[in-house]
Amino acid sequence: LIPAAFEYRAPRTVEEALALLAKHREEARVLTGGHGLIPALKLRQETPALVVDLRRIPGLGDVEPLDPAPPSPRAAPPDPFCGGPGRSGGLRIGALVTHRALAEAPTVRSRCPVLAEVAALIGDPQVRSVGTLVGSICHGDPAADYPAVLLALGARVLIASPRGERLAEVAEFIQGPFETALEPDELVLAVEVDRSAPASSAYYKVRRSASGFALAAAAAVVEIEGERIRSCAIGVTGVTTRPFRAHAVEERLVGALCAHGFPEAAARGASDGQSVLDDIHASAEYRAHLAEVCIRRAVEKALSRR
Amino acid sequence: VIHEEAEAVKAPRVEDRARVTGSTLYVDDIPFDRLLYVEILRSRHAHARLLRVDAARARAAPGVAAAITYADLESSTGSFPLAASRVDDLRQPARSFLARDEVGFVGEPVAAVAAETRAAARDALEALEVDYEPLDAVIEPEAALEPDAPRAHASLPDNLAFRLEAGLGDVDAAFRGADRVVRLALQSPRLAACALETRGAVAQWLPASEELILWSSTQAPHLLRSQLAATLQLRESAVRVIAPEVGGGFGSKRSAYAEEALVAILARRLAPRPVKWVESRRENLLATVHGRGQSAEIELALRADGKILGLRYDAVVDVGAYHPSCPAAAPELTAAAIGGPYRVPASRVSLRGAFTNKVPTDAYRGAGRAEATLAMERVLDAAAVELELDPIEIRRANFTREAVFRPPTGVALDAGDCPSALDRLLSACAYASLRGEQEARRNAGELVGIGLAAYLDVCAGGSSARAEAVVWETGGVRVGPAGDVEVFTGTSSQGQGQEAALARIASEILGVPPEVVRVRRGDTAAIHDGRGVAGSRSVAVGGSAVREAARRIDAKLRSVAAALLRVPVEYVERVDGGFACGGRRVSRAEVCLEAHRAASLPADTPPGLEELVHYPARGPISSFGAHLAFVSVDRDTGEVRLEKYFASDDFGRVVDLLRVEGQALGGIAQGIGQALLEEVVYDESGQLLTSTFLEYALPRASHLPLVVCSRGETPSTMNPLGARGAGEAGAIAAPPAIANAVVDALREFGVRHVDLPLRPEKVWRLIRAAEERGD
Repeated sequence: LIPAAFEYRAPRTVEEALALLAKHREEARVLTGGHGLIPALKLRQETPALVVDLRRIPGLGDVEPLDPAPPSPRAAPPDPFCGGPGRSGGLRIGALVTHRALAEAPTVRSRCPVLAEVAALIGDPQVRSVGTLVGSICHGDPAADYPAVLLALGARVLIASPRGERLAEVAEFIQGPFETALEPDELVLAVEVDRSAPASSAYYKVRRSASGFALAAAAAVVEIEGERIRSCAIGVTGVTTRPFRAHAVEERLVGALCAHGFPEAAARGASDGQSVLDDIHASAEYRAHLAEVCIRRAVEKALSRR
Repeated sequence: VIHEEAEAVKAPRVEDRARVTGSTLYVDDIPFDRLLYVEILRSRHAHARLLRVDAARARAAPGVAAAITYADLESSTGSFPLAASRVDDLRQPARSFLARDEVGFVGEPVAAVAAETRAAARDALEALEVDYEPLDAVIEPEAALEPDAPRAHASLPDNLAFRLEAGLGDVDAAFRGADRVVRLALQSPRLAACALETRGAVAQWLPASEELILWSSTQAPHLLRSQLAATLQLRESAVRVIAPEVGGGFGSKRSAYAEEALVAILARRLAPRPVKWVESRRENLLATVHGRGQSAEIELALRADGKILGLRYDAVVDVGAYHPSCPAAAPELTAAAIGGPYRVPASRVSLRGAFTNKVPTDAYRGAGRAEATLAMERVLDAAAVELELDPIEIRRANFTREAVFRPPTGVALDAGDCPSALDRLLSACAYASLRGEQEARRNAGELVGIGLAAYLDVCAGGSSARAEAVVWETGGVRVGPAGDVEVFTGTSSQGQGQEAALARIASEILGVPPEVVRVRRGDTAAIHDGRGVAGSRSVAVGGSAVREAARRIDAKLRSVAAALLRVPVEYVERVDGGFACGGRRVSRAEVCLEAHRAASLPADTPPGLEELVHYPARGPISSFGAHLAFVSVDRDTGEVRLEKYFASDDFGRVVDLLRVEGQALGGIAQGIGQALLEEVVYDESGQLLTSTFLEYALPRASHLPLVVCSRGETPSTMNPLGARGAGEAGAIAAPPAIANAVVDALREFGVRHVDLPLRPEKVWRLIRAAEERGD
């Protein structure tokens, strides 16, 4: 398992990296943690002329709080329905932030505990210490864990190119299996979550036994008002060629009494109309069924945390 | 006091530190000067005519020293000879180390390149030009035996690879007289052994001495030596095979492989430069033999009280594209072991091998016995349900009461003492309270199951039809003039650490600490012959050889001491640090030196302290036991959770407890993998779908529950150590125990059988089908 020869560059600035991509375009591949790229190189599924390693660029390894303004005594009190302090505060997760850093960072654990929960479930300790969130979503594996939670959080991708910076919704960024909306001369600098997630959020996964990737998984971010579900966002991964938001299920849950748990049959047909995966790991029929089970269990778990 | 019989002790695992810190030298780690690296071009097709293989461009590629195809194999016979087998109609299609005009499986070697670096060799593969004409492939073994099936090889009339028929008593009468006949069809799917160390070999030809040295991760260096000598047309003494540290094999490194011959052939061309090939993980999944691969129908004729009257076993074995160099070894063991530890008055066994366009199957931990035990333990549970008997009672009713008995193959088996092992299991697991927990959780709506399996592990390949005389082993002991002790063994190691047991056996007889004993194994220059490592026999058979050699050395030391003390030998006693008679003593160092210097040896005592023993085991050796699994099943997803596992094993007298415990636990982990996760999958065109660890699922720490092991020590009477085999029990017992537990958990759905592996979708479909039927 030896890769074909390639040129290796490790630029020190984003500008240098962008210049390399602009010059080499489709011939170049970007390395952050390498967990998607390096196996593909070794199996010679990928034979790029150039590998651009981002790991020497300072600043891309940070998780930054995104606050509109520092909290002041005159600021409005925290949303009484949706968790404690920092509810309004989002996160910017740099391109080199590892799964382990996400799982452990206090800002992530307080502002977006469901994201830390997902990061802690990925792979094994070695994988988590090297692999990155941005690398994962750029790789575009339809069974990766992050898409579910990023869709549910309404996260956005911060993209740089010689034309400047742009923000893309994760839902738009992920195009299909191993396909993203990234142009050959573009680089993802970070993923942004614009506000914190409520405590009543959760992730539930049924694993593929070989790899631990999701056979099916759902992330639920549930906003509660009084005794009822005010709103709900559910992302599903592993099931379809393109991870999706289960909008129909979300709508059925609005107004439901938390104490009654997950309404019977509310997840039915969650992946209807989607292109469901059918492969060596599981049939489409089983996956579609698991999607419903994972949604129910993710929502139940989220409600149990209120 | 020196115990003549070795005692079970927890000798420290001195080998672990080097392994964990990465300083153990496996084949790929041994430094060589001016090494050349080999990469192999493998067939992309399951079955194709090979129209053209052109290596000209590869030979001209940068850094390439040689690129060879079938046409360049003239220095060898082109293939390994097949070992003897007692199966009928054994056929082997034409085969050579590099394909000649037909390829039979994806991964079959087509050409080989040796180059200055691994990367140059890999790049040069792209410069090899190969034209294939794809042919119809046959993938499913049962379909392969149909009259109109495509042929796996154009040169054979059909796909029958062998037949094995055996029987005992009047089976048809037994079935006619039965109160109940219980039938079950079941599959033992193909498994990949996935040794942590993949295969690898380094060959060097020494022109001055006209000698080949081959370092290989083999389990059987002497067998490989003989196979290489035969194919290279060299004297056996001109081939030295060294198996250094080996990182697992589980049976998959026992047969000789084409790659080992190819590096040897290349080394002769490129002498004196050493030539190395190390398998990638993908090649390991693609081109190393698979295990199991049997689909069977088992039928029991029973009396209403559960007594077995007769048994029929009819199986198709997925041989793959060729026989390995020891053909039909696992099926022979299935035929011998099919009745398990039970009395089966009449039986008929029929196994047919089918050639398919897939990599060959061969030994895999528990070979043959695992398939037999799965069938027998599953059908017994099915019978218990139909006859409304307790699964424990039906087993108790049928355990044989003879110490040695004869299965359908007519070869004697050691029956062990399964009833005692089962009793120990039931008390260790607090069986009644487990059933109570099951009942309570079932009432709360959970799916919870308990499964039992008793087993007889026929060790040493000793009861295969191949060798009623049971397999022999060599062992040697040499004590130097300075008193150093070296032990030589013809067994090898795949990392289980039996060296510690062999050292202990010698040390206790010789009265020295085990640390001063150095064990030499895995080198055909160190000991002339041996059987390598397979069949859980290294201590029972190999240890007995070492023991006998040590006893002879001890006798000689005593006679030398007697000469020095000038007393008759029967008055010599061993004391701390030497020998004594009354108040006079002589140190061990003096005795060892005198034995070599021979200044005062009696005329009838030749000098030297070296003994080599060729030890034939006295009779069949089995280990035995009973295992129990406690599972829960997720009703919505079909996921099986193995919550508790209890093992009651009897490995006879144990020499080295820590490593035996390692074998017991490792076997169970591997059995859990078989039960829940592992399955090699090919598509209908013969492409391997499980070609990386993203697809092939191995058990991990998180799949293992708390395992509670209890152990009896019923000494074997078939060897002086009283030892039985410890290597394969878990891989044999865990799959049926877990399968029985899952079927028990699914009882409310009327589920009678589930094939391994018990993957969630399969289990969910059974639940859903029952719900749709409205059960």
